[in-house]
This record gives sequence, structure tokens and C-alpha cells, in this order.
Amino acid sequence: MAEKAKLMQGNEACTMAAIAAGLEFFAGYPITPSTEIAEMCAEELPKVGGKFIQMEDEIGSISACIGASLTGAKAMTATSGPGFSLMQEAIGYASLCEIPVVIINVQRVGPSTGMPTSPAQGDLMQARWGTHGDHPVIALVPGNVKECYELTFRAFELSEKYRVPVIVLSDEVIGHMREKVVLPDPANYKIPVRAMPASPAGYKPYAADPNGGVPLMAPFGMGYRWHCTGLFHDENGAPSSKPEVASTLMRRLEHKVGSRAEELADYFAEGLDDCELAVVSFGSSAMAALSAVRRARSEGHKVGMLRLKTVWPFPTKTVRGLLSSAKKIIVPEMNLGQLALEVERAAGCDRPVIRLGKVNGELFHPDEVFAAIKEAL
Amino acid sequence: MAEFLSYFRQDRLPHIWCPGCGNGTVTGALVRAIDKLGIDKNNIVMVSGIGCSSRSVGYLDFDTLHTTHGRAIAFATGVKLARPRLKVIVITGDGDSAAIGGNHFIHAARRNIDITTIIINNDTYGMTSGQASPMTPHGMLGTTAPYGNVEYNFDLCELAKAAGATYVARATTYHYVLLEELISKAIMHKGFSVVEALSQCPTYFGRKNKIGGPVETLNWIKDQTINVKAAAALPPEKREGKILIGELHNVEKPEFTQQYLEVIAKVQRANPTYARNKGVPGCELNSD
Ligand SMILES: Cc1ncc(C[n+]2csc(CCOP(=O)(O)OP(=O)(O)O)c2C)c(N)n1
Repeated sequence: MAEKAKLMQGNEACTMAAIAAGLEFFAGYPITPSTEIAEMCAEELPKVGGKFIQMEDEIGSISACIGASLTGAKAMTATSGPGFSLMQEAIGYASLCEIPVVIINVQRVGPSTGMPTSPAQGDLMQARWGTHGDHPVIALVPGNVKECYELTFRAFELSEKYRVPVIVLSDEVIGHMREKVVLPDPANYKIPVRAMPASPAGYKPYAADPNGGVPLMAPFGMGYRWHCTGLFHDENGAPSSKPEVASTLMRRLEHKVGSRAEELADYFAEGLDDCELAVVSFGSSAMAALSAVRRARSEGHKVGMLRLKTVWPFPTKTVRGLLSSAKKIIVPEMNLGQLALEVERAAGCDRPVIRLGKVNGELFHPDEVFAAIKEAL
Repeated sequence: MAEFLSYFRQDRLPHIWCPGCGNGTVTGALVRAIDKLGIDKNNIVMVSGIGCSSRSVGYLDFDTLHTTHGRAIAFATGVKLARPRLKVIVITGDGDSAAIGGNHFIHAARRNIDITTIIINNDTYGMTSGQASPMTPHGMLGTTAPYGNVEYNFDLCELAKAAGATYVARATTYHYVLLEELISKAIMHKGFSVVEALSQCPTYFGRKNKIGGPVETLNWIKDQTINVKAAAALPPEKREGKILIGELHNVEKPEFTQQYLEVIAKVQRANPTYARNKGVPGCELNSD
């Protein structure tokens, strides 16, 4: 089967990528603007022998996904702000217990019910720090429909490889936008496979290099008979309240993802090498930003664009390097300065980072970003 | 006794429970039931929430999943739907299943998913030191009901039945032979099965309510119960205020995961090329 071009929605692209990556289990609860993903999974999964269940709420949804993942099934859920908030305790569970799971959050404006059908990017920090305690997590932000496909597929690769919840931070614009996508030929990609231990003999469910190693995960029901607990645990999976066990576990988990921040960096850059002003953005805001940057360039201004696709772990050094020539930075985003905080940290405090936040439920118009560029120059 | 030790992770013992706690009695009944049924250990997944009772699974030699407070049944739903061939048993407390997890409990019952849920009802929140639970009887004391509980408790068995559970039974840690028998039947039942095990928490509930120690608390529970068969022969006034024990509900109804598998089979028959071309590796595992 050759590559095939198709007109599709961002949410549809997420679903198709998940199925291509071997999605076997979806549990969800309807919420705009993510619902199409659940609806499509309900229809498509049985065709490939997979399972769909509409749970009673989002806590149940993520919990069921974690249960399914423990049996070896690739599992995903999809939601938006209010549901994402409800999932936080279980995301921490998956993070601590190292259970692969993919969560698509098609962001809408909040807090609370906000404006349910309007876009936002206000869950950036929640995606990183939503659950209690220090914990590893990966979050990817698609900037167009094609990337909904690519990054959802990548989410499964990373989730399986590092045994970590991976969040795809989409938004209402990207999720509902239709674009032409050339679907990759299945012959050209490798379906992610979870590394398995060789045999139950001597299996230690959490034995791993303390320097950020990933333990091997045995699926339930295969004779390994191991204990999975949200209590801090030793390498045998036994609950422990010994300070040294707690510290070893917490530091390994932090290292597992944190030390790979630059390796996991993924971004789009244009005109940064000689730029005096850089625009840093992500998701749908970056579409307007890029068109403003190009317009400024065509008028002879030294303006560059950085669009982040991996936001967590934040690739601090990579971003610092890419922005080295910029004297000023503008960060357009549909929140009141969450990405700007990270950009400020990466850029250092000697250059202004201008916050161009928007929380009125409208997406950016290129003119707005262009006006900000002109003002800053 | 010794033969049952093989069901325990002996390196995880001693357990955390207080002397005289009923959790061990229920865990013992469960292990004996599994032993008698002769189910392969490797085909059982035990799931629990948070609470003293939920610690039970950590001592048992199966694939065990100690989850978050109230969510055991939701996690178990994922395990069961992903791998219907596995026997999935949930061990939960009265707070875990009837307060924070009440919604998952009734929805699992509504779906009639083949999960056995054993509720260890000790009338209180043991793990957090004796607060009132949705199962604390009216008028009884808890640390958060210092003047007597003004709320009413559920009848968990009636709740399960009304929500759609197809097997519902109740026993106590005093009636441990009955308890084992009912757990056995629940495990073999195809559909959502519930066994409520009335159990003693002498440390918090017994002491706070001045009932006494483990024996007195156990007797206090026993004295409130009456076997459902014996009750049938009694006039209503003699049954008044008594808690029924025994098998309370047992009906057949199509089970959720089996019905879902039938949907898959039907959809795949209608889309043969789709299923062949896009077959997901790993789904072979899933043919059950
Ligand atoms: C979300 C959340 N809320 C509260 C707690 C604190 N907590 C732990 S156990 C428990 C009650 C357990 O009571 P029950 O389910 O009756 O079990 P028991 O300890 O009596 O066996 C509570 C409230 C928690 N761990 N998580």
C-alpha cells in the first residue's frame, strides 16, 4: 500500500495515528473539543480487534487505560481541560508506577467550564505539574493536522520506551481544523513494541539503572505475578518507606525523562541564525506567528521563528542555543504567559521576553503578532 | 494452614493490620476459595484501592494492582476488558467502594462486567483512623461524627442489585465458612458479583463506640445478622432491624466483555479486508 493523501481533522489524525501505532484500548468520557476521538475509536477499534469503553467519568477513563496497559495493551484516552484536571491523580499513578499511557488533551479555554468550544493553550503547566509531587512526564504539541498524526504516533513510541505517560497537547483549532495529510505507508514505520523481560524467573519489576534507567515491564496474566503499587516501592515492587528507597526511586524517575530533555527536543525553526528578534510559540498560535514572522522578514527585518513541538521535558539548552542571536523575544500563546515563563528561564534575564497572551477564546490573527513585532523592533 | 502460605508473598509479611482486625479473615477466606476452585494463579489479577483492606493484595502471590483511592473497579475494568480471559478480583473497603468509588461501583454493576468485588465493610475509615464512612450506622460514633452519625448508611447489597449486579451476597468475618463459600460462588459467577464481608475494626470503630475489643466487636456484628434462609421462615417483626447474610441475588444476564467480543466478531466479519490489512500486532494476544 502506497502513501495516501487524505483530507482530515486534527482529532481524526490523532486517532488514525494511534491505531497505526497499535492502539488496543481506549477509555474516555465525552467532552468538547475532543469527542471526535472517542467517537472514532468506538467505530474503528473493533475493526482491528481493539476495545473501546465509555467510562462514567475521566477518572475512570484514565484508570481503565492504566489497567489495560498493565496487561500489555497500548492504551489511550482523550479529553479537554475539565477532564484533564480530573485525570491528574491517576496520571501521577502512571508516572510513579511507570505505566505507558497516551493522553490527548484538546485544550479549550478555562478555568472551569470557560468557553467550551473556544481554543486555548492554558494547560501547559497543568500538563507538567498537574499531579502532586515531583514526577516525570512528556508532553508534545502538534502545530498542524499532519503533526497530530506524527506526534501521536511519537507519543506511543516514547510512552512505551520510557514507560511514562505522554500527553499530546492539542487545541480546539488544531483538533477541528481540516488539512490534507499524506499518511505514511505502514511499511515505512515501525510499530512501537514494549520491551519485555525474558522470563518470570528472578523478575524484579522495578530493577533499573539508578541513573535514569527504565525497568522491563511484564504484562499481567503472563506468570510474572508482580505487585504494582502507588506507594513508593523498591526494585521488587514491595512498598517501602525507607528514605533511601524513596530517594533512589524519585531520582531515577526524574532522571529517566529529565536527563533526556535535549535528546527529546523537537521543534520547527526558521530564520533564527541571524535574528535580532525571535518569536517563540507552539500549537495553533504558531500558525499566526509564523505568517507574521515571514511578513516581517519580507520587509527586511531580522526576525526568526521557533515553534516547540516537545514542551515537556523543556529543552532548555536547545532553546537557549537556538535563541542565542535574539536580543528580544516575543511569545504569543493562548494563555497569560505560561510558555513565556519557560522561555524566560531558557533565554536568561538579560533580554526582554515579551508576553503576548490571549485568553478571550479567539485565536491569534497574524496582524496581532505582526503589530507586536513592529512595536518591539 | 501451611498449604495456603504458597498464596502469600511471604517476604512481604508481617502485614500492617492491627491485632484482631478482620481483614486477614477475609483474605484467608478468599485464598481458600481460590485454592478449592483450583484456578491457575497466573490467570488471576487482584485489584484494590486505598485503605487497610486494600493492602490485602500486596501480600498475595498473583498479579496485583494496588491503585488509587476509590478507583480499583475502574482499573479492574481496563484489565478485564483488555484481557477477558483473566479472572479479575477487586478487594475494597467500604469507604473505597461506597464513598469515593461509589460511582465506579454502580457503573460496573450496570455493565455487568465479569469482576468479583469483595467489600470489606468495617463501618469506618480504618486507614485514616476511624472517621465516619457511608457505612457507619446512624447514631454510631466516628472521629468525624463525634456526636453520633446523623447520616444513614447504604444497604450495599441492595445498591449493587439495583444497579445491575448479577450476583450479590453478604457474610461476616464471624461466619467465615459461609464467607468462603459465597466468595467461591461469586468468583465462578459470570458477571458483576459482589460479596460484602462485614468485618470488625476493633481499634477504631469498636473502641470509639465502646463496643469492646475484637471479640466483642465481632459478636456485635454477628448479633445483628440473620441468614436469609432462616429469615424467610420468620414473621416480619422478627426480621426487623436485622442484616441479611447469605446469597441475596443470583441471576444470569449477558456479560459485558463477552458482548463486546461479539461486537468485534460482527464488525470484523463485515470488514474483512480492514481487519486483515490493519491488524494490530499484539491483537493476537487479545483473541480471547
Ligand atoms: C483521593 C484520596 N482521598 C483521601 C485519601 C485518604 N484515605 C486513605 S484510606 C481512606 C479511607 C479508607 O477507608 P475504607 O475504604 O473504608 O478502608 P479501611 O481502611 O477501613 O479498610 C482515606 C480517606 C486518599 N488516600 N486519597
